[in-house]
Amino acid sequence: MQLHRFHGGLKLPDHKAESTARPLLTMGVPKFLYVPLSQHIGAQTECVVQPGDRVTKGQRIGQAKDYICANVHAPTSGWIRGIVDHPVPHPSCLSAPCIQIETDGHDQWGEDRMEPWPDWRERDPRSLRERVRDAGIVGMGGAAFPTAVKLNPRPGKRIHTLVVNGAECEPYISCDDMLMRTHPAAILEGARIVAHMVGAQRVLFAVEDNKPEALRALTDAVPGAERDFIRVISIPSLYPTGGERQLIQVLSGREVPSAGLPADLGMVCHNTGTVKAIRDAVLHGQPLISRIVTVTGPGIREPRNIEALIGTPFADLVEAAGGYRPRVDRLVMGGPMMGFAVGDDAVPVIKGTNCLLATRPEDTPPPGPVMPCIRCGECTRVCPANLLPQQLYWFAKGKDFDAIQDYGLFDCIECGCCAHVCPSNIPLVQYYRFAKQEIWGREKDRQKADLARERFEFRQERQDREEREKAERLARKKAALAKKDSEPTDKKAAIEDAIERARAKKAAQATEPPPDRERADN
Amino acid sequence: MRFRTCTSPHIVPGHSVGRLMRQVLYALVPGTLAMTWFFGWGVLVNVVLSVLFAVMFEALMVALRRRPVMATLGDSSAVLAGWLFALAVPPLTPVWVLLIGTAFAIVVAKHLYGGLGYNPFNPAMVGYVVVLVSFPRELSLWPSPEGIMEASLTFWQTLQTTLTGRLPDGMDWDAITRASPLDMMRDSLVAGQTVTEVTRSPIFGSFSQTEWEWAGNLFLLGGIWLLYRHVITWHIPVSMLLSLAIIAGVFWVFDPDQFASPAFHVFSGAAIIGAFFIATDPVSAATTPRGRILFGVGIGILTYVIRTWGGYPDGVAFAVLLMNMVAPTLDHYTRPRIFGHSRDGHG
Repeated sequence: MQLHRFHGGLKLPDHKAESTARPLLTMGVPKFLYVPLSQHIGAQTECVVQPGDRVTKGQRIGQAKDYICANVHAPTSGWIRGIVDHPVPHPSCLSAPCIQIETDGHDQWGEDRMEPWPDWRERDPRSLRERVRDAGIVGMGGAAFPTAVKLNPRPGKRIHTLVVNGAECEPYISCDDMLMRTHPAAILEGARIVAHMVGAQRVLFAVEDNKPEALRALTDAVPGAERDFIRVISIPSLYPTGGERQLIQVLSGREVPSAGLPADLGMVCHNTGTVKAIRDAVLHGQPLISRIVTVTGPGIREPRNIEALIGTPFADLVEAAGGYRPRVDRLVMGGPMMGFAVGDDAVPVIKGTNCLLATRPEDTPPPGPVMPCIRCGECTRVCPANLLPQQLYWFAKGKDFDAIQDYGLFDCIECGCCAHVCPSNIPLVQYYRFAKQEIWGREKDRQKADLARERFEFRQERQDREEREKAERLARKKAALAKKDSEPTDKKAAIEDAIERARAKKAAQATEPPPDRERADN
Repeated sequence: MRFRTCTSPHIVPGHSVGRLMRQVLYALVPGTLAMTWFFGWGVLVNVVLSVLFAVMFEALMVALRRRPVMATLGDSSAVLAGWLFALAVPPLTPVWVLLIGTAFAIVVAKHLYGGLGYNPFNPAMVGYVVVLVSFPRELSLWPSPEGIMEASLTFWQTLQTTLTGRLPDGMDWDAITRASPLDMMRDSLVAGQTVTEVTRSPIFGSFSQTEWEWAGNLFLLGGIWLLYRHVITWHIPVSMLLSLAIIAGVFWVFDPDQFASPAFHVFSGAAIIGAFFIATDPVSAATTPRGRILFGVGIGILTYVIRTWGGYPDGVAFAVLLMNMVAPTLDHYTRPRIFGHSRDGHG
């Protein structure tokens, strides 16, 4: 198959052999699990259990309340001990609501376990998508975007190709590699299910050429009759080839439009782990309650891949990987390029936790002082989105948010290539994140301001209308009064009549003999 | 267990400004040694004194601006500016010329504009042009290899000449200097000679005067090493030398008696050192790939125009400064097509 190249990218030492040397370990059930209510892109789930409740494995404990959201399930059986604020994997080191589960060690499924569907080929894609949604599956390559949303057909877009992303281009991470080596048949079954769901006529399974074992395992697992339907493709190792848009360009030579989606090219792309999770949900009725995590780095004694329940504290995983080496001072969730350092190893594994990377000061020395940008253009050379990172930096620093968008800020995928090659140690990606946040913030403010203005204008209009109506009422009243004023002649006449009548009466009385009282007065 | 947090990437960075600048300095060594071999100790004296002055002015300005002095000196950019300035001026240039040139380069062209990363003009070239237009006599005295050989100026005599501005007793400027190839070509053409007559002179090698060719070759070697090390990109040197060669070629084909050959232009004067070491100064050059090509083309053409019809024998310095002026405009109009956008810049 003809492969293509994307602009830029970096050849990085992959450091994957460290963690793939040891076999996959399935971790036991820890005493306590902390399952965050929000583990994905989108709205937070609503907790549907109470402290003290008993839960069974796979029971839904967090309910999606929004379209872009993913259910959360109990990873094992036990008791809900509380809904607590607990440190979560987030660059801010802040705490967020987590469901604390005290496990009972039985790992018992309940009555409400979803029905296994070995006959998925007979099922309607709609009900399969519903299953994916129920199972709370999110993109497991790290972004954690709800998969059901991505599987939904888009009006007017026919999907012909499913791309399974097994590139795993970031150094150190090997969880997909391990999964492909150990479960190739299950992943391929998942790919068939997804292809059935989206109506794809072919599956391109892309794996970087630095994973020969995984490539062999997959190739061997594709039955001969399916060789045209599922193609396992070895792609050159180059960071960030695992980015969805980069991968599609490598495979098809076409670029996903900036404001568009792969569906615009008739393609859809899912991560290896996600595809396997979909297969587990459909075939076994198992929601997304565990995943493989690479625990690695120079700060770990026995780097390896571990299958762990969602909610397992990082510290337990590190323990299972032989513990820390001395002087470890940085623990990163994700890879070295896009991952973020966590402040505490009490944080739990979430659906998007692909890797834990522990380093010592000698491995990752604190960055030197930030120097001025000398416009060397290395960042331009390596940018996979073909941006001008040095110009973006300039505009971000000057808070020129119009210019920075004009220069394509929102086409930045935050891969970190530019920051890695910057000779001036400028944390470029941080500047872009800052600019994005500011622009989103301003957009929100603008929307708020628009709403407020609308409200104000409405109120103003209402007041004006009321004023107008009041004036009209007054005018009507005045008019009515004026009308009455035109009547006084009658009134006066009536009064005069009355006076006249009284006078006449008086006169008549005067001609009559006065009454006795009058006389007496006189 | 608690951890330190910091931003990605969590991987040892591959570059630093200081390392980049030092690689450029290493790449200058062979060419500088070749020049010293041909033109005597004066080249080294120039380099040492100019670098010393440049670093001194840098330290002074950084201190005045209340920035960390040692950390800033560590970027080696002042050393590079001083060195390039020193190679531009003739050996045996009086010390006060060096002092004025480096002062302009570092104080005015660099720090008054905001220091490293903010100067719109190439500091070394600003320094050179200032002394070139202010002290034309001092700047036109290029020693000849034979003159230097015959006079056999020792290192100390050279230093003395530089410091005092006077040759040791019994020596004469006319005896040890001769016109540089560009000067010679220019003057001879004005005097009515043809190009062929000039280049037939025994001091000429294949394309230009032998010593300039050798210095050019060694600077070219350093430049190729910089390309290989990714310190510079190919855009500026290739486009500048190509455009210089092409425009020279057009006129040469048209009238080879009146116009020197493309090879003569490429291997004379500051063309090669300019293409690889001066025009590639990232701060003052264009920064987009297409912008850099246009930037190089502009320098190549302007260099030829100034050399052929202008008032100075060489035009690289002026061409670089002129193109520095348009670099921001070039950047503005040569933005690369962003991934996923159509050519007209819309998604």
